[in-house]
Amino acid sequence: MGEILEMVEGYENILVLGCGTCVTVCLSGGEREAAILAGQLRIWGKKEGKNLNVMEHTIQRQCEKEWVDEMRGHVEKADVVLSLACGVGVQLVAEMYEDKAVYPGLNTTFMGYPVEHGTWLENCRGCGNCVLAHTAGVCPITRCAKSLLNGPCGGSQNGKCEISKETECAWQLIYDRLKTKERLEWMNSYQPPRDWSTAGDGGPRKSVKIEEVVD
Amino acid sequence: MEAEEATSTQEVNEDFRPKIVAYCCNYCAYAAADLAGSMRLSYPPDIKVIRIPCSGKVEINYLLKAFEEGADGVMVAGCLEGDCHFMEGNYRAKRKVRHAKRLLDEIGFDSERLEMYNLSSAMAGRFAEIIEEMTEKIKKLGPTPLRKGVKD
Ligand code: SF4
Ligand code: SF4
Ligand code: FES
Repeated sequence: MGEILEMVEGYENILVLGCGTCVTVCLSGGEREAAILAGQLRIWGKKEGKNLNVMEHTIQRQCEKEWVDEMRGHVEKADVVLSLACGVGVQLVAEMYEDKAVYPGLNTTFMGYPVEHGTWLENCRGCGNCVLAHTAGVCPITRCAKSLLNGPCGGSQNGKCEISKETECAWQLIYDRLKTKERLEWMNSYQPPRDWSTAGDGGPRKSVKIEEVVD
Repeated sequence: MEAEEATSTQEVNEDFRPKIVAYCCNYCAYAAADLAGSMRLSYPPDIKVIRIPCSGKVEINYLLKAFEEGADGVMVAGCLEGDCHFMEGNYRAKRKVRHAKRLLDEIGFDSERLEMYNLSSAMAGRFAEIIEEMTEKIKKLGPTPLRKGVKD
């Protein structure tokens, strides 16, 4: 919160911008969270004797130009936009409203599903060359602390990873699941060194679906 | 200057009547308030009861909103633990209230002004007592620092 208060310092008209898709289901940046952050800012403003005008608005998706363009009226009334979208949304809003201060209202952490209500686990790093077919649907790139591709390291203990007792060893999971599937021989399949350029190590990635592009 | 401020707050305290917003579960606190009324139990009058279907329905933004609009205190009252009609609504409410307190602390607003209580629909006496308790507590804290500029 301290960081956010610094970002809005000196601005009077603040727009807290929620996003109605991924961050909504992740309970981190949807309409409700926008209302909470806006509420906090209003209380803070009144307490500090500042004359703040804190607005809230949530659009379906901050990562698509059409939606971002549609809310122009809301953005125009603001001096600063606190976007609760993931980093993708923040960047598109910043690009489309270059004359406005656009700041991130949250830290985008990772891609994962909820293991129970309120708890998420990272599952995929978007590496661009999926190995799940060989690993019984457990991603070793994400879930093994060392991103090992050919079996566990020596630190695997009682199903836990050596980095923490809270973290399951991905390779133990893979082993167990292959066993259930009666595919244990896959443990012996060899993964050659990877080309990490598909994972972003070759600079920002771009994807074109030629059949969709209208020229 | 500080001493002066302290005295002036104390003076206000004499006849300061805290405005309290109470989010009450329909099945317990709201019914208890009703019963307290029929039993002619007296409790401080400056309380605004908002009926909700279950304390679990309360959202953090509702709690913040009440403060924004100038409430001196805000409370959530749900069924006794284990007795929520929707299984775990009151546990959820407890967590939300706890988190809302953290959010208030973050911005330097006294989170003591927010409280959660549990009671049953038969506890009319306890309802009156809770309101009394909450009112006393808020009286000690003084009026909300946010009221300036807010219409009563
Ligand atoms: S292998 Fe790559 S694409 Fe597949 S789940 Fe893991 S990180 Fe994601
Ligand atoms: S203990 Fe398992 S998950 Fe942890 S680094 Fe070694 S192989 Fe990977
Ligand atoms: S029904 Fe009363 S708290 Fe859930």
